[in-house]
Amino acid sequence: MVLLAFLVLIALAAIRMRDLFIVVMLFSVYSLMTAALFMDLDAVDVAFTEAAVGAGVTGVLMLSTLRLTGRWERRPSHGPLLPLIVVGITGAALIYGTLDAPLLGDPAAPVQQHVAPRYIEQGPVEVGMPNMVTAVLASYRGFDTFGETFVIFTAGIAVLLLLGIQEGPETRPGRTAIGDQLVLRVVVKMVIPLILLYALYVQFHGDFGAGGGFQAGVILATAFVLYDLVFGEGDARLVVPPSWLHRLGALGVLLYGAVGLYALFAGKPFLDYSALAHDPVHGQHLGVLLVELGVGITVFSIVLAIFYALSGRRKAS
Amino acid sequence: MDHLAVLVVIVPLMSAPVCVLLDRSRPAWLTSLVAAWFSFGAAVMLLLRVSAEGPLRYSLGGWEAPWGIEFRIDVLGGYVLLIVTAVAALVMVFARHSVEQEIPHDRIARFYAALLLVFAGLAGITVTGDAFNLFVFLEISSLASYAAISMGRDRRALSASFQYLVMGTIGATFILIGIGMLYMMTGTLNMIDLAARLPEVSDSRTVRAGFAFLTVGIGLKLALFPLHLWLPNAYAYAPSTVTAFLAATATKVAVYALLRFVLEIFGVEFSLHAMPLDRILVFLGLLGILSGSLVAVFQRDLKRMLAYSSVAQIGYMVLGIGLASVTGVTAAILHVFNHALMKGALFLALGAVAYRVGAVTLREFAGMGQRLPWTTAAIVLGGLSLIGVPPTAGFVSKWYLVLGTLEQGLWLVAMLVLFGSLLALIYVWKLVEAAYFKPPPANAAAVAEAPLSMLVPVWTLVAANIYFGLYTDVSVGLASRVAHDLVGGGG
Repeated sequence: MVLLAFLVLIALAAIRMRDLFIVVMLFSVYSLMTAALFMDLDAVDVAFTEAAVGAGVTGVLMLSTLRLTGRWERRPSHGPLLPLIVVGITGAALIYGTLDAPLLGDPAAPVQQHVAPRYIEQGPVEVGMPNMVTAVLASYRGFDTFGETFVIFTAGIAVLLLLGIQEGPETRPGRTAIGDQLVLRVVVKMVIPLILLYALYVQFHGDFGAGGGFQAGVILATAFVLYDLVFGEGDARLVVPPSWLHRLGALGVLLYGAVGLYALFAGKPFLDYSALAHDPVHGQHLGVLLVELGVGITVFSIVLAIFYALSGRRKAS
Repeated sequence: MDHLAVLVVIVPLMSAPVCVLLDRSRPAWLTSLVAAWFSFGAAVMLLLRVSAEGPLRYSLGGWEAPWGIEFRIDVLGGYVLLIVTAVAALVMVFARHSVEQEIPHDRIARFYAALLLVFAGLAGITVTGDAFNLFVFLEISSLASYAAISMGRDRRALSASFQYLVMGTIGATFILIGIGMLYMMTGTLNMIDLAARLPEVSDSRTVRAGFAFLTVGIGLKLALFPLHLWLPNAYAYAPSTVTAFLAATATKVAVYALLRFVLEIFGVEFSLHAMPLDRILVFLGLLGILSGSLVAVFQRDLKRMLAYSSVAQIGYMVLGIGLASVTGVTAAILHVFNHALMKGALFLALGAVAYRVGAVTLREFAGMGQRLPWTTAAIVLGGLSLIGVPPTAGFVSKWYLVLGTLEQGLWLVAMLVLFGSLLALIYVWKLVEAAYFKPPPANAAAVAEAPLSMLVPVWTLVAANIYFGLYTDVSVGLASRVAHDLVGGGG
């Protein structure tokens, strides 16, 4: 309840503010709160994603956009009445709709009765991994995750189509956006290896603990973004050149698809991982590992590409 | 053979990253062309098969539904899939020259990737048998279409695309909320399973609210009046290929989603009788027809004129569904097909004009009959089909629609539908008048007729307009079969 009240307060504050810098900060806080809320509901994987994406990387991306557009919100040209009515009706419909919905966590709710028991009881046996969420996401509903990876890829394509990644004086090696910050440099130097290591852990340990390719990709990209911010765009681009990124993003989704096609050519349905090895459970393991790798590669490269595209642009005068 | 069900979507989907990897305009175009034609071939075979043997189910990942995701192609899905793939195949032929002229050279490969993603997303919606998977494909196609629209040469394409993005995202969120509420009440995401489990719980607020969210969300995507505000700008400023492709497919797929959710998953009994959706749809459909046609009459930009006409045509389809009878739904499904033919032909022909002349306003269109005779003739024939003049395809769907209204004694509605056609006559006439009865502007440069790679797709569609106006066995046969399945014999 306390968390929910905080969420409402933050949302209201974000609406009132005209300083977009503060709004972005509030959004990040909002996401962190939501992550805590998800954590409270035992949805660890969701909380993890929300924290990494919502509280972490979106904040940076929105701030880089602000650098291009300006910090202050203009007064809207239309009155707030119509949007308010629409939002009011939507909110009322949502409340109306959930009044007689099954209670959260009620074991007799339809959600717990129909498909879930098989995921819970058979998941560890059929798919062979302790993290049920990963089993559902990567295997039972692996095709949805395939689609979601394409959504990320599409977002990357969209940004690259619109902005492209530009080169300019600010992207030459040795130039930094924030100047020479000694303390930051030392701290960041210490933190980055840990972030990288953690990203790899999340990537490959997703079968057992919370996490997976999506979160790992975001975390990995965060490390590079951090390096970029403190040591300069040019230096970061030397490590991961922009021209690699969209190719890498394409390769990630293709890796996912290739696993699916391999199964198809082996005479099994698309994305049936049991075709990958003699032992079906073994095949599931291998399949999930590979597709998570594909997801990780795509998410990492697209997030970084979007960041490059925004940060490499010169500010409009 | 079974694998075609998944390949029809996967091939264009995976061709998109291949285009990005190639990063050259010509190979990217070739890849897109091959992918689109492959899908078209697959769609033809699939439709033949499902209309002979009944629905085809395909479990992805080898997990049977409802635990896993399945593709389920029935006649309705196969029918819309055929429309989408056929239009895509023709648009890709057309695209080569048009795209080279309209898109900056270094972005062509990515543009094709976006186009393929739109296509694969739309195709995916028609074949999936899983409600959440439908949402995923909707996201792919929507995101890619925002990007593709924003590539228009006019700067206003950006704000048009942004407007669509905002409205489209609201629509997608509503759909997601709706699906979430259904999941809450049934514990399943599979469409067949949903349809089987919903009646038990349908008398609950959650299901009713979910129903409302879903229909409003789909209405936004459908550009149902008054949720159509994003459409005219988006169509007017998008690159020619994108306008033609979206106008002929995107709203059709939204109509498909509406049919699927409203008539099949919720069932006629719940949606059109327990909930007052039938009257709402008839009312909004009529408003869409009248306002769309009326605004179209006053447009000077031809792309925008046709875009408003699309709002009106969507009104016809929605009206047909709202009638809740076999004839009405037949008319709606038939119009999905016929409208794809006419708007595809018209927008492609306008694209060809734009390729040769630049902009396409009524003023520049003066004397076009002499300057680009073949292209203009195609536009006129497409326009006739839009009005509903026999023997064009447009006539057939209007005929069934009027029949459907008269069946229920809705004289006033029938009159209004005919009045809509009259308005269409006015705006098409303005076009004809400019093209044939006005001299070309004095400073008009002599232009060659559009290249063959543009004329062939345009005239294929025009020929289809006439063919399906004369021989209605296939189109009407399939449509009425689907309508019988959806509404039931009694209607």
